[in-house]
Formats: sequence, structure tokens, C-alpha cells
Amino acid sequence: MRPDLQHLFRMEKLPHIWCPGCGHGIITRAIAEAINESGIDLDKTVIVSGIGCSSRAPGYMNFDTLHTLHGRALAFATGVKLANPELNVFVITGDGDATAIGGNHFIHAARRNIDLTVILFNNNIYGMTGGQYSPLTPTGKMAATSPYGNPENNFDVAALAIAAGASFVARGTAFHDKLLVNSIKEGIKNKGFSLIEALSMCPTSYGRRNKMGSAADMIKHLKDNAVNVVTAQKLPPEKLEGKFLIGTLHYKPYREFTEEYDKLIARVQKEGK
Amino acid sequence: MADKPLDIDQKSCKGCGICYSLCPKKAITGDIRGKVVLSAPDLCSRCGICESHCPDYAIFVRREKK
Ligand SMILES: Cc1ncc(C[n+]2csc(CCOP(=O)(O)OP(=O)(O)O)c2C)c(N)n1
Ligand code: SF4
Repeated sequence: MRPDLQHLFRMEKLPHIWCPGCGHGIITRAIAEAINESGIDLDKTVIVSGIGCSSRAPGYMNFDTLHTLHGRALAFATGVKLANPELNVFVITGDGDATAIGGNHFIHAARRNIDLTVILFNNNIYGMTGGQYSPLTPTGKMAATSPYGNPENNFDVAALAIAAGASFVARGTAFHDKLLVNSIKEGIKNKGFSLIEALSMCPTSYGRRNKMGSAADMIKHLKDNAVNVVTAQKLPPEKLEGKFLIGTLHYKPYREFTEEYDKLIARVQKEGK
Repeated sequence: MADKPLDIDQKSCKGCGICYSLCPKKAITGDIRGKVVLSAPDLCSRCGICESHCPDYAIFVRREKK
């Protein structure tokens, strides 16, 4: 571990339990680096997660952390932020946690544009429970629950967040870690709901079943198939087939929930006098 | 002591092979268990791609003091 990041980790809890080559470790380090570089008050920072391999990340991080219920990280985080709006509240969640069992919390937190920085570790699968498909498992892919290929359509979670009302949406990957760090820093600065989709890799429950090779092959896949959103604007559509965009996908700040709520309290108190 | 470019924490390494697959200089390789070894320290440019992509925080690049 880099000495300049050690104070952000519960060093006694490492090494972590993630499988060899799991992308979650890389993304967790990127979050720590972004927090470090953003200069926010560490004593006023809370990290909330649900349940899953990804949701174990806060357990290794040296902050006030909440490891809650499957799908409910955003509900807890909403409570923390509303009770004490001066806190910097982060949410670490998986694709299953955020978009399946927690899908309703996800759209409504985005709709309220509540000031949370959400890092969604997207490994396209339920890693922890052995590889059931999630709403982010691409159509046709193999999972424990789709042995003939996933017959369902998958969400584009970034588009979902934008449609629901998120004011900042970006995508990075376990390979594009510098871009990921910068996206998280932008998300921290945005006063509103910020979603950073971090494409991860699960060699154990997803890669193996989909013949994606080793963890090294999987990270190469992320490298080779990502196109920066700025570059993409200059490319013809056929060059983007089978690729995914990385970078800032949406940034449109507008009224934020805790600020509006405080205004409401002030108004009602004044009227009641 | 010769100035080693990297410190490797063998206990933390799980042998996933990401670091030496990404190393542009082939300064690191895997041992028989797949765990990282600094096989050619002279080739290392201290770019840090191994450090930043190690999921297990097992590599630390010794950077020049600024
Ligand atoms: C209420 C409830 N339902 C189901 C589970 C079982 N469960 C634990 S983790 C998980 C899925 C995790 O997948 P994801 O959020 O994508 O995270 P990953 O493990 O892939 O990082 C499920 C279904 C649970 N713990 N609680
Ligand atoms: S099961 Fe998948 S997501 Fe969970 S630790 Fe292993 S590689 Fe990571």
C-alpha cells in the first residue's frame, strides 16, 4: 500500500477477502485516492454500503462507515445526509445492490437530487452469491440463473440515473483508474446526486462462465473496449459498435434536496412564529 | 544498497497476474504460483501502472523525492 493512502485504510483488516484479480480492490483504492486529493474533512465523511462483495469495501476504509442491508445503502445514506447535511456522504454499491433489490431507492435518490456521491461497482453479476444475473448483466451472457444466456434486456444504469434526475453521471473502469479518480472528485464537488459507474471485473462468478479468460484478460477487455466520451463525438457510429463510453456523461446541477429541505424548515418556522 | 524501484509485499499478493500483464517494460514477472517478482529491476521506469492496478495493494513504487 502506498504510504500516502494508508491513513485512509483500516490496515489491520488487510489483506481483503476479494478473489484474486477482483476489480473491486482497484476501485476501492481509487475512491481513497479521490477522497485524499479532494481535501474534504475526513472526520466529516461517512461511507455507506449495502450487501455484496462490493459493499464490503467500506469495512476496509478508515472512516465512519455503515454496512447496511442489501439494496438499502441509499435509504440509510439519505437518512444520514438529511440528519446532518454538512457530512460528505458516499455510497458504495454493487450492480445487484443498486439496480435490483435497491432499484427503487436508486431512482428516487436520483430524482431528489440529494447530495450523495455514489460509486457503483459494476461487475455485471451478483458476485457474492455465486453469479446470478443482475439487471446489469448484458443480454445473452451466462449466469448461474441463465445457463442458456440471459434472456432479459439490461439497464444502462448511467442513462437510468440521468433520466431519474441525477445531476452528475460519469463512468470509469478498473483499468482507467486515473479517469475514475477524477470522476469521483468531480462527483464530490457536485452538490447533488452523483453517480460514478465503475466497471469492475469478477473473474470468479462472471468471467469464468463467460469464457473471458484470466483477470489480466478481463482488465485488457476494459482497456480495449472503452471510448472516451469526448473522442466518441468525433467517431462514426460504426466505430462505436460494441464499445462503451467513459468520462463525464452528464453534468447539470440544479436544486438539491437537503438545501431545499432546510429552506422549507426555515420557512415553516418563520410562518409559525 | 542499490536503489530498488519497487517494494513487493509477497504476503498480500494473490497471484492474479494483472501487474505483469500490464507492465510495459517487462520488469516484473510471475513465479510458479503466479505471484509477482521483480525480475528485471533495471528495466523498470517507475511508471506505477502495476501499483495502481494491483487489487491487493501489494506493490509500492519508490518515487524520487520531489
Ligand atoms: C434481503 C437480501 N436478499 C438477498 C441477499 C443475498 N445477497 C447477498 S449479496 C447479493 C448480491 C450482490 O451482488 P452485487 O450487489 O452486484 O455485488 P457484488 O457481490 O457483485 O459486488 C445477494 C442477492 C441478502 N443478503 N439480503
Ligand atoms: S466473487 Fe467476484 S466480485 Fe466477489 S470477490 Fe470474487 S471476483 Fe470479486
